[in-house]
Amino acid sequence: MASKHYKTLRLKIVFMTLFFSFIPLLALGLTIFYLFDSGFNNKNKETLRILSQSKRSAIELFFDERIAQLITIAHTHSLDQLKDEKYLKQVFDIIQSRSKSFVDVSVIDELGSHLAYVGPYYDKLKAVNYAHEDWFQAVMSSRVYISDIFMGFRRIPHFIIAVTRYEDNKTWILRATINSEIIENIVREGMVGKKGDAFIVNRQNILQTSPRFSGKILAHPNTPDFSSVMGMQLEEYNSNGDKDLFAASSIPNPRWVLVLREDLREQMGPLLQAQYAGGLVLMAGLLIILTGTILTSRSMTNELMRVELEKAKSDDLVVQSSKMAALGKMAAGIAHEINNPLAIIGEKAGWMKDLLDKEEMQKSENWEEFEDCIRKIERQVERTRTITHRLLRFGRRMEPTQELVDVNNILSETLAFLETEALNRDIKIVSELGSQLPRVTTDSAQLQQVFLNIVDNAIDAVGKGGLINIKTGYDQSRNGDIFVEIQDNGPGIPKEALSKIFDPFFTTKGPAEGTGLGLSISYSIVEKLGGKITVQSQEGKGTTFVIYVPVR
Amino acid sequence: MEKFRVLIVDDEIDFVETIVKRLKDRGLDAVGATGGKEALELMEHKDFDVAVLDVKMPGMDGIETLREMKKRKPLMEVIMLTGHGSVESGIQGLQLGAYNYVMKPVPLNDLLKQMTQAYERKLIEEGRER
Repeated sequence: MASKHYKTLRLKIVFMTLFFSFIPLLALGLTIFYLFDSGFNNKNKETLRILSQSKRSAIELFFDERIAQLITIAHTHSLDQLKDEKYLKQVFDIIQSRSKSFVDVSVIDELGSHLAYVGPYYDKLKAVNYAHEDWFQAVMSSRVYISDIFMGFRRIPHFIIAVTRYEDNKTWILRATINSEIIENIVREGMVGKKGDAFIVNRQNILQTSPRFSGKILAHPNTPDFSSVMGMQLEEYNSNGDKDLFAASSIPNPRWVLVLREDLREQMGPLLQAQYAGGLVLMAGLLIILTGTILTSRSMTNELMRVELEKAKSDDLVVQSSKMAALGKMAAGIAHEINNPLAIIGEKAGWMKDLLDKEEMQKSENWEEFEDCIRKIERQVERTRTITHRLLRFGRRMEPTQELVDVNNILSETLAFLETEALNRDIKIVSELGSQLPRVTTDSAQLQQVFLNIVDNAIDAVGKGGLINIKTGYDQSRNGDIFVEIQDNGPGIPKEALSKIFDPFFTTKGPAEGTGLGLSISYSIVEKLGGKITVQSQEGKGTTFVIYVPVR
Repeated sequence: MEKFRVLIVDDEIDFVETIVKRLKDRGLDAVGATGGKEALELMEHKDFDVAVLDVKMPGMDGIETLREMKKRKPLMEVIMLTGHGSVESGIQGLQLGAYNYVMKPVPLNDLLKQMTQAYERKLIEEGRER
């Protein structure tokens, strides 16, 4: 049937609705996703940048202060004063009283020899000559020098700060050692979260501090090389499943680079959670839309189907009844046209009979033959008259009316139409019409059509040699309705089909024979007349239709 | 059978001719007309007791003729003869004063019975008039 058409329509509705609701929803979801993502990322970067800058400033400040202290000492004292280790010890103690940054301090002449030393490694260092050390060369040329971290003679990571003073044509150096622990402390504060890291590399990409994860002090870090960074650089790297954000900022003196590493995945935890929740909401939304769309389209197409069926049914009713009306008109017209000549034939025959009855005619030797002929003509006229009168009544009944009718009469007339067909197929129709049925006010034409449909179906069902029992009666138990029972001994109706036989377009006949509307129309006619049709069927035994007509 | 005057009106000339002959044969004073106009003309010259009038005729139809007849001779009884199944024209005829209506073709004896009854009613009506 048309269900394929409806299926396509339904699919179309589903796809259209899904398309037009998914696209905005997805667009919204993705936009929010990316905006959120980039916003969070930017904020993350900004935080790291600020942290990096503040740490760098702290380190710079630390260096500046230490340099300032040393320069102040060098320039407020003469070499002679500081050569005196006792005096130097006093100065050193004053410095240390405020901060314990320095490990030791020494005064070195331009040839690299210690003039004075104050600190814990007196024995080890007093005799050392630095003339060939790199730092010595550097400080002699640049006047202020901060070294990289090194182990030196004492096997502890440290670095030195040295300043020069030019006095009386002689250059001398004030040198202090600083334990790198202090730098370590500042850097450690830059380690964010559980996986964040912070460290300093020098220009050779050698670690100056001890990072948590990124390598060992005085070795190369296992991170990308940031040693040549100038100023500030933010960089994202993916390495073995981790997504890291690096902030590298250069410290001008010494030429170090502070590197902060942040595990983006760890930082984005809340974002990922939000995105996960958003994704869930999106999926739920899509699911709801999908379900809603399917349900809506289903109810829509079902409604459409129902409306179309109903329309087809009523259309067919209209067509059917207009067909019947035309048929009725034609029947009446033909009957009328036949009646006139028939009346003449009848009259002529009657006149002949009148003449034959006269005495002189009775003497004719063929009188009996004439008499027989005329009697037969009259009988045939009478027979034709019954037919034309029935046609006239049939025609009249095709006009929709409400009249007081005898159900038995209508049934008998209907059966008269089907008699020949039944006879040809050797089908026996036995009718047992109840006596004293009350007359009912109803539309006899429509009732006739119902009888015609159902008896016609019965004739089709029983086939050659079948039997159809028709019974009418007055059922006092059912509101005093008149019942018409049409029972056949055909093959019966299968159980699964029994509930559908009144549905429009349901047919067991081929498309050329049945429209599948006969019973459906009958059902609606009887319902409209206030009655009811019931059906009972047993496979192999036959089917019984009962039509109830209300007495009003 | 009492002899009364009958007017048969039908557009089928064969029908009129035959039925007039048969009625005359039965002793009635029967006259035929093949149209409404002709019938009305005949009525100018002669009084009839009963008229049998076909409903469907070309020109002036049965209902119209009936109306005219009743206007001129209210006491004459009219039996409508209809070849059509429509009850309406029959009922309309009755409303206009027809005695009854019968459907064509009708056996002559049935028609004769109707005519006699109509004639009897006419006699009663006339008696009342006097």
